[in-house]
Amino acid sequence: MHAYTGKILHVDLADGKTKVKSFDEAFAKAYIGGTGFGIKTLIDNQPPGIDPFDPANPLIYAVGAVSGTMVPCAASKFGVFAKSPETNLLGEAYSTGRWGAELRMAGYDILVIKGKSEKPVYLWIDDESVQLMDASHLWGKYTWETEEIIRKDLGDQYVRVSTIGPGGERLVRVACLINDRFRAAGRTGLGAVMGSKNLKAVAVRGAHSIAVAEPDRLQKMCEDLYERAKGPATSKYRDMGTAANVLTLNSQAAMPTRNYQSATFEGAETVSGEYLKEHYVVKIQGCSACPMRCEHIAVVPEGQYEGATARVEYEPTMAFGPYCGVDRLDAVIKSIELCDLYGIDAISTGIIVGFGMECYEKGLIDGKQTGGLELEFGNHEAMVKMVEKIGLRQEVGDILAEGVKRAAERIGQGSEEFAMHIKGLEMTGYDVRGLKTCALGYAVSRRGADHQRHGSYGPDLAGKVDRFKAEKGRGKIVMSDEDNYCIFDSMILCKFSRGIWKGFDEIASVYTAVTGIPMAGEELLMAGERMSNLARLYNMREGLTRKDDNLPPRVMKLPIPDGVAKGSLVTQEDLDILLDDYYEARGWTPDGVPKKNKLKELGLEEYANITALKKKKAEVA
Amino acid sequence: MVRHKFVSYDPDKCVGCRVCEYVCSLEKEKVFNPTLSRIRTLRIYPNTNASIACRLCEDAPCVIACPRKALEQSKENGVIMIDDDKCDGCGWCIEACDFGAIALMPDKKTVVICDLCDGDPKCVKWCPEEALELSSKDIIAQKARIDAVQKLTKAAAEAKT
Repeated sequence: MHAYTGKILHVDLADGKTKVKSFDEAFAKAYIGGTGFGIKTLIDNQPPGIDPFDPANPLIYAVGAVSGTMVPCAASKFGVFAKSPETNLLGEAYSTGRWGAELRMAGYDILVIKGKSEKPVYLWIDDESVQLMDASHLWGKYTWETEEIIRKDLGDQYVRVSTIGPGGERLVRVACLINDRFRAAGRTGLGAVMGSKNLKAVAVRGAHSIAVAEPDRLQKMCEDLYERAKGPATSKYRDMGTAANVLTLNSQAAMPTRNYQSATFEGAETVSGEYLKEHYVVKIQGCSACPMRCEHIAVVPEGQYEGATARVEYEPTMAFGPYCGVDRLDAVIKSIELCDLYGIDAISTGIIVGFGMECYEKGLIDGKQTGGLELEFGNHEAMVKMVEKIGLRQEVGDILAEGVKRAAERIGQGSEEFAMHIKGLEMTGYDVRGLKTCALGYAVSRRGADHQRHGSYGPDLAGKVDRFKAEKGRGKIVMSDEDNYCIFDSMILCKFSRGIWKGFDEIASVYTAVTGIPMAGEELLMAGERMSNLARLYNMREGLTRKDDNLPPRVMKLPIPDGVAKGSLVTQEDLDILLDDYYEARGWTPDGVPKKNKLKELGLEEYANITALKKKKAEVA
Repeated sequence: MVRHKFVSYDPDKCVGCRVCEYVCSLEKEKVFNPTLSRIRTLRIYPNTNASIACRLCEDAPCVIACPRKALEQSKENGVIMIDDDKCDGCGWCIEACDFGAIALMPDKKTVVICDLCDGDPKCVKWCPEEALELSSKDIIAQKARIDAVQKLTKAAAEAKT
């Protein structure tokens, strides 16, 4: 087996002991890397049913199968996994930049951090040398400062750092991990898990070489792939970046606006990708081994937010723009910068502020709680200040820092009706009321409200299906999208580059050239299905049932009031049709439980007891 | 020497993607490992990117610094040639280089310097942004002059209208 290090580094923060375990070719072939490695390691290492802030909750990093190689847009991808403090289910998030390749070059494909340190520490991995370093001088510091100080302390500019900010230290449930300045493992609150361990950061430096099985064949394939990556398949990401979606989704009435009170935003023009490119983008950078480059660095040139610097994508732009009714990109850029500095997920934070705005306008929270801020839709100054209050848990920010699900439970007074989350994770930038395939994708997504586990907005927006209709057949589409995305997230290939690949046979062929392990497209697809099912089993073990595969009340009760999707919503009947169809396509029972023969087919029999347990519980109930 | 070509980078075009490091280490060492690359990238946050290889200095300080006469500059193309038998990895050449363009191989314990891949550098070929160029100092100066004059002409034309 080539390229794979075959090594798992275990670190116990309680006593500082480390252990290196190994994995074999069978494990590699079955779980590929990234998401497969992460889910498998989590289900096998986490005691069932624990609180996400329990020291026994393992914080897991996993690199992709082709990490550290020249395969385009893939070298530095990595995933982070733990039980999520937002959903109490599978927590997973992905990042890129330079950190991932460094971990593999240090000699590890998987890192498992358990326990809790007595004092603030950071983990320093320098090839075989693994140490816990004092982090008392870093506690309270912003993510950007932390990265620079660690580099200075260690005297090495090429050290890569994945760190939390003040948000993770304060157990803000939407806290994230920031690496390489502008990159985030953003979703599901993994920064809070790191904070709960008194761990500030993981710093890595690797000097080992990655030897692939067939260097000449790989290089030959890459020649073609690089040309494709520089071509039309990725031009959107190279030119305007994902912010190009603003006007597209707005015209499709799929733009979450003012906490889902409408699906079009009248101020979209000035928060669009076009406007961003013309007025704010100063440089577009690339990740490790990326022939595409998409990292749009924006700087505010003048005014009250002068100097604010952020990497800008569609999702945070949606969250701090239309979602909060704000039509100023300077305030959006400032808000994203603050999220990065405090180490809180910019998507979730924007959704939370939008929720807070509706609470304020409805009189459910008052000026005393907001510290005098007039937290109304469109008030960009209040929005920016509220981001800081969430990062620091000040005033009502302390309640909002719990995420919209828990905040609504605390605030009550009917606010649950407009708390936009699924399974506890805040919604993302597609108004699913008029995107029925996508609605199913969101409802069943294993990490809660999410577009990144399936990308099922694709067929709806491209007109391949009737976007307004819930019907049989969508289950198969979503299932296939999910399993395909599992392959991307385990190789790990950048999803922005998905258009350059001719199919899974080609991906399998690259996999073999890199690892030397025989692989066919069919086998990869089965591995994707295996991951989806293992994630389901994990979530079931932690308490998930069919009723958790749902949508926010507003999506099911309030029709879209404007635009081409006017009148759309997802009824309970719609959702049931979609869920039944999806479970059937998956080979699951109507309760969403994987059947025994499905588990056998996928080589997951050892987890059959989880489904048996569920059945028993259901009978007792 | 002014006509000797070396690998230069354009700071406006370089995006810090490290593709040059990946292909260099593959070409020279048959593995992927940026620390073994003859060209090295650097990113200074937020958005400064660089990619640096040997610049074929006149009276190269690395050659002068070597206490074992392991380094020699080719009269033909200006490339710094290393005698692996003489090099003991002391690193004086690394200290002498103002550009950080010399690397010490951890296994072999000798230094390596860009040899231009026999005149066809793989990094230049693969750079997705065309930020790398095999160029000489006089050509670089020519280009700077052309740029400057074009800017001046444009400014003068705009002033008239």
